[in-house]
Amino acid sequence: MVLLDARGVNVVYEPARGQRIWSVRDVDIALEQGEFVGLVGESGSGKTTLGFALTRMLRPPARLEGGEIHFDGVDISSLDGEQLRAQRRNGFALVLQSGMNALNPVRTVERHFGDIMRAHARPGEDGSRAQIRRRGAELLASVQLDADVLSRFAHELSGGMRQRVSIALVLSLDPRLIIFDEPTTALDVIVQRAVMQTIKDLQREKGFTALLISHDLGVVLDATDRVMVMYAGRIVEDQPSADLLRGPHHPYTEGLLSSYADPRADEVELGGIPGVPPDLSLAPAGCSFAPRCPLVEPICHEVDPPLTPLGAGSAACHVRASEVVAHAR
Amino acid sequence: MTIITAVPPPEAPGALADVPIRPSRVPGPLLFVGRAVRTLWSNSKARIGIVLLGVIALIAIFAPLIAPHSPTATTFTPYLNPTGQNWFGTTGNGQDVFSQMVYGARVSLLVGLAAGILATVVAVTIGLIAGYRPGVIDEVLSFVTNLTLVIPGIPLMIILAAYIQSRSIWTIVLVVAFTSWATGARVIRSQATTLRTREFVTSAVFSGERLFRIVFREILPNMTSLVAASFFSAATAAVMAEASLEFLGLGSPDTVSWGTILYAAQQQNALLTGQWLLILAPGLAIALLATSFTLINFGVDALSNPRLREK
Amino acid sequence: MPYLLRKGVLFVVTLWAAITLNFILPRLMPGSPEDAALGKLASAGVPITNAERHAVEIQLGVPHTNVFTQYWDYLKNIVQFKFGHSYSFPSETVAHTIGKALPWTLVLVGATTVFAFVVGTLLGVFAGWRRGKAADTTVTLGATFFAAFPPFWLGLLLLYFLAYKNGWFPIKGGYAEGATPNWSPSFLADAFKHSVLPALTLAVTTLSGWVFGMRNNMINTLGEDYVTFAEANGLRTRTVALLYAARNALLPNVTAFGLSLGAVVGGSVLVEGVFSYPGLGNLLYIAVTNHDFPLMQALFLVITVSMLVAIFVVDLLYARLDPRVRRA
Repeated sequence: MVLLDARGVNVVYEPARGQRIWSVRDVDIALEQGEFVGLVGESGSGKTTLGFALTRMLRPPARLEGGEIHFDGVDISSLDGEQLRAQRRNGFALVLQSGMNALNPVRTVERHFGDIMRAHARPGEDGSRAQIRRRGAELLASVQLDADVLSRFAHELSGGMRQRVSIALVLSLDPRLIIFDEPTTALDVIVQRAVMQTIKDLQREKGFTALLISHDLGVVLDATDRVMVMYAGRIVEDQPSADLLRGPHHPYTEGLLSSYADPRADEVELGGIPGVPPDLSLAPAGCSFAPRCPLVEPICHEVDPPLTPLGAGSAACHVRASEVVAHAR
Repeated sequence: MTIITAVPPPEAPGALADVPIRPSRVPGPLLFVGRAVRTLWSNSKARIGIVLLGVIALIAIFAPLIAPHSPTATTFTPYLNPTGQNWFGTTGNGQDVFSQMVYGARVSLLVGLAAGILATVVAVTIGLIAGYRPGVIDEVLSFVTNLTLVIPGIPLMIILAAYIQSRSIWTIVLVVAFTSWATGARVIRSQATTLRTREFVTSAVFSGERLFRIVFREILPNMTSLVAASFFSAATAAVMAEASLEFLGLGSPDTVSWGTILYAAQQQNALLTGQWLLILAPGLAIALLATSFTLINFGVDALSNPRLREK
Repeated sequence: MPYLLRKGVLFVVTLWAAITLNFILPRLMPGSPEDAALGKLASAGVPITNAERHAVEIQLGVPHTNVFTQYWDYLKNIVQFKFGHSYSFPSETVAHTIGKALPWTLVLVGATTVFAFVVGTLLGVFAGWRRGKAADTTVTLGATFFAAFPPFWLGLLLLYFLAYKNGWFPIKGGYAEGATPNWSPSFLADAFKHSVLPALTLAVTTLSGWVFGMRNNMINTLGEDYVTFAEANGLRTRTVALLYAARNALLPNVTAFGLSLGAVVGGSVLVEGVFSYPGLGNLLYIAVTNHDFPLMQALFLVITVSMLVAIFVVDLLYARLDPRVRRA
């Protein structure tokens, strides 16, 4: 069952001075219930913006322009105020980049839980301090934290602990979809692994749909069932994670994979991708990756390639698509 | 052992041809000032401030042309309400108030700018030294700064002015600057401390640049908006302080400034004679001058903190 | 509690420095203020006993004596509130004169400052939350305009239009002429009426600082991750605005509060002068006009020490508000 169905999502940044920038262009996303999907891209690819757009967290000067976002059948792109707020309980939730600064410095963790529970209290639910403590301790335990963290302030917790608290707070909303925006980027590698493991276990246990946004392809491939690759505001590839590692279809994805080195190998070749990402204030003519693509053909400069079925998923590349057609003949 | 060879990426086939970069012909500092003024001008509040300040400056500069009479000549009938000859009326000594207002702009503006510059120079010097050199020097300077901050400004100014027997404009400038450098020094010190640990400073130190060069070529340019904001705050405070001192009779008896007009009005009981214009005009002028500095400061704030810029 | 300890030490050291500064200033002056003071006291009819001469000399400078003995005597006098006599009020000791004026200033300045802080902060929160909209622009422009009013000017204007011309408020003083201060309700009501204009003047001119500070802080705080996270978790707008944004934006303002007391005290000097309100500011005004050095000295000391105490109290309060500053 499709939980999140977004079509034609466009996000534009309109500063008072300066040019408009289209940071997300015509993106379609469908997330099935219980799926763990990854969204990978470099800085500036629009992945965080997309995550914010899907959870209705865009703020001026960014704006959602056109497109529809359906969450469990409800069109949330037109919701506002109380209705939108209500959707955040047992609905969709957002975990911010590395939680370093996600906690209010002057409130204890317990109060954070209390604030959320009170904000979404339904009649008949017990909102007492004891209940908050109990539920808080439960949720902290599910992210491998001790109950005494409840009485701590943010500055008394390490980065990894703060991130776990953020996750626990989000879990208190009982969400059906959680979008993790770069959850481990600012953490060191060992803590990163531990937190990612916690996220994976939680997703398996509780069964919520998860979208993991990251620039780290390795982390994403390790945790997710399916990966979408984003470039210059567009989805350029969408494959099951295992397949992507074995055989990417889009030249950009190939470039990304070639930028990784196996620390145990004897000899390593680092490829990399030449050139720079495009200027997003200009309307694209043709494929945005064309200037940097080793497979470029004349058509690439003229027509923007659509996502076509390739392999077990899809990719947006004229050249690869035509290869398949050629093979099929 | 792992051998990593970086394979140079193939020449990007679809890349555009290189566009040559031509160096700008306009000299550096001028370009900088031009850009600063243009950015300030784009902020609507700062624009009003610049215009206001400009008007007051013009009045001050062209005072002899604008004022119909000498500000100090006691040739008119005293205590007059506005007449055809004396647009704002006359003082208890028979002086033309309008001319006094026009010439008064010179003193208020001069003191405001002079004291502001002096206070800012002191603040920058002390702030930079204290911020850049941790240790005893920093402790001592910080302590002195905090002490000056804590002692209430106006009472201190009053005491100083009363103790210093001479009554010249420069006494006022000195006294005012002496009591208003501390706020700026604190702010600049904390910014210098932050910048001190940044990489570009560390690399300058490692490449052997001398202290003087580091401070003035690396750190100071990164603090220009802070220094500018400091200057405008100090100038605002200076204008108010000068007016306060004059009002209390601690100013020079020969100068004519907006503050002295208020002092004379108070002494000569303008309230009783019903000459409310003698109170309204100079005070309003002081308020406008101070406001112009504050408004420009809004623009400077927005320059340094992009979040405050108008969206 | 290293924070409190640090602030306590700072308090004591600054106190010492202020007292010492007060000792040094008259001795730096050209001429001999002590002779001038003694001369004036004599002509005001104060008997110049040895004790009197000694008191004046300790305050203002003793010729031909060791400066350290003077300093020690000075400190001893301070602790016992022995400030000698002033020639503006020759019939009573300076300590007595100041003692009478102190409560008036405390009430006026104290009440006004708290009022200005609270209202200014709330307006700042409001303007920051609705940044860019009409409400924000109105508040900001209004605050800018009022901030530029020299306090004494606003006082004069209010005095003229509301007191002289329309008689709604008394023209001068803290209470009706000839009345003696007491705790009766009629006196208190009278005192209140006399304090409205000075208080209004002070409040309006000091309000703007809070508005700007708080507005800027709010704008910065609203960009913080924890505010975004709170919104993403569906907290109510009021909760986010007050408990997450304002509560944090408040902190730099509290630090600034202590320091701004100097400006309020300064403003009160001018305002009290305009209204002849019987507080410390008015005394300073009189002292300056009369070149009354003993009184000026003592006033400066009292004002500075009160400020230091107030700042220390604010520091203590800050520890209560910001948990990052307390160490376990």
